[in-house]
Amino acid sequence: MYYIGIDIGSTAAKVSVFEEDNLIKNFTMPTGWSSVETSKSIKEKLEKENIKIDESKVIATGYGRISVPYADKTITEITCHGKGTHYLLGTDATVIDIGGQDTKIITLENGKVSNFTMNDKCAAGTGRFLELMANTLGVSIDELAEMALSGDDVNITSMCTVFAESEVISLIGAGTKRESIARGIVNSITGRVYALLHKHGTTDTIFLTGGLCEVEPFVTLLSEKLQNEVKTSDLARYAGAIGAALLAKSI
Amino acid sequence: MRPVVMEEVEALRGVNSVKIKEAHEAGKKVVGMYCVFSPSEIALAADAISVTLCGTTQAPIEDAEKELPRNLCPLIKSSYGFAITDKCPYFYFSDALLAETTCDGKKKMYELMGKIKPMHIMNLPQTADDEDSLELWKKEMVKFQKFLEEKFEVEITDEKLKEAIKLMNRERDAMKRLHKLNAHKPAPLSGMDMMLAQWLKGFNVDKEAGINLIERLIAEVEERMEKGIYAFDENAPRILLTGCPIGAGSEKVLKALEEAGASVVALENCTGYKGLDVMVDENKDPITALAEKYLSTPCSCMTNNNGRLDLIERLAKEYDVDGVVDLTWQACHTYNIESFTVKKFVQEELNLPFIQIETDYSDSDTGQVKVRVEAFLETIEKPSMAK
Repeated sequence: MYYIGIDIGSTAAKVSVFEEDNLIKNFTMPTGWSSVETSKSIKEKLEKENIKIDESKVIATGYGRISVPYADKTITEITCHGKGTHYLLGTDATVIDIGGQDTKIITLENGKVSNFTMNDKCAAGTGRFLELMANTLGVSIDELAEMALSGDDVNITSMCTVFAESEVISLIGAGTKRESIARGIVNSITGRVYALLHKHGTTDTIFLTGGLCEVEPFVTLLSEKLQNEVKTSDLARYAGAIGAALLAKSI
Repeated sequence: MRPVVMEEVEALRGVNSVKIKEAHEAGKKVVGMYCVFSPSEIALAADAISVTLCGTTQAPIEDAEKELPRNLCPLIKSSYGFAITDKCPYFYFSDALLAETTCDGKKKMYELMGKIKPMHIMNLPQTADDEDSLELWKKEMVKFQKFLEEKFEVEITDEKLKEAIKLMNRERDAMKRLHKLNAHKPAPLSGMDMMLAQWLKGFNVDKEAGINLIERLIAEVEERMEKGIYAFDENAPRILLTGCPIGAGSEKVLKALEEAGASVVALENCTGYKGLDVMVDENKDPITALAEKYLSTPCSCMTNNNGRLDLIERLAKEYDVDGVVDLTWQACHTYNIESFTVKKFVQEELNLPFIQIETDYSDSDTGQVKVRVEAFLETIEKPSMAK
């Protein structure tokens, strides 16, 4: 029996497959403009590899969770990220999930979500913000984070993505080093996470999920800001999909 | 499945907008009010009709933003938008408005609104905890009484005040008994219906008819309870909703909760139970009794506002709730700041799951609200519900 977790986020769709207790497969694809199309492509890809949907249990999560017609159940990404983190880490933790359109802080107790906080409706402090700012500087997110390591501690204070972009443009106009602007951009995210985390309440173990967990310099700068080592894993991007697949075992 | 009388309750919206017109044409005076701090008894004692004014829908906000800043709470913008566009029949037929110095946003908005219609502003003290506040508030009651006496050329006697107090206490008592029906497990009325019934009472032109309707609704619901007809099954998570006021058009969080399977059993907000908790003392001097009752309202515009924590605790226990949801309208600083205190209290003292949801009247964040609400309910899913 296969247990499949499908996490359709605002930018990327993540899929994890368990065969009984073994995690056998993880893959990702861009969400694109239609979650329905994405879920179709996911099904095709799975069936090509002989993972038959009819003989599997499927849980869909993320913003596109309602667009997966072959899912047996939908569960929010908050519960799934919690479950997935507990699988990857093996202990309770405070999870920071920086997603495409929102940032979430999730507290795990005994492997289950006991409490969570989400940023308000706004792109500030999200992956989307970083993507837009990287575009303004004409670099990729990875390059931006790498540059930020050697930049001066500049502050970008605007909470609004649109205003922050004008702030970045002013800094460019004033001849500020790109590295320092990059640092300012990263600072504005880590600062936002810092406030959200402390308002929510934190524990000793902090785990980062979402696409940014693969950007090493970002994890370093976030750890610095939080004054605590931020743990992550190669599979942390799949935490939501893994959690969904694990939850599929109990339906 | 819904109680039959609920249809009559819902029809009040149309009925009352016709009745207010008829009353106006018959020469009756109308006093429009916005707030749970407004002593409607004094207006009734002046032989006037006291009505709540519109302010719970998104539609007039765009017009309001021509004059008001965008980053203001939607309730203030909606109220003002209705006023300047003349789309609220109750505002249109009001001969005078009553306002209070509650939060900064309302207070300053009233300065602008006062230019459209005759308005009396009561100076609400910022704390309920000292004797001076009560003395000031008593004087404010008298000033409002004088304002109406002069404006409408009537005499407001103690007898008339006492009569009005009795009438409003009867309305409060009926609404309170209706609210308490949902203390039963499972709840016999959906939170949506409860909200509608509680919110619509403010627009009742004929208070007696309004009380009568609620008595009939209570009777029908009690009959249904005997037959075992409830709005939810007993596994539905029971939610206490606190925070900013809601009405038709601004029910999105309540709706999202119930669509996700929760049963919203207690509405602590000022469009729900908050104003019903304390009755006006019928044995005291009417002005003192009114001042004491209204000053005791546990609104976040007061400092401190520990009465709200006390009310949340009592309701949480009496209604046996599984979680507390605190709704904050964007830019409502008082409720927003207070949410931190409420969170600590609910989580640490009451040991209950808590979530604050900050949003506005628009549909722009429906997806996010849904995620928050569903994830919150997933954290309080009862063992019996797990499949």
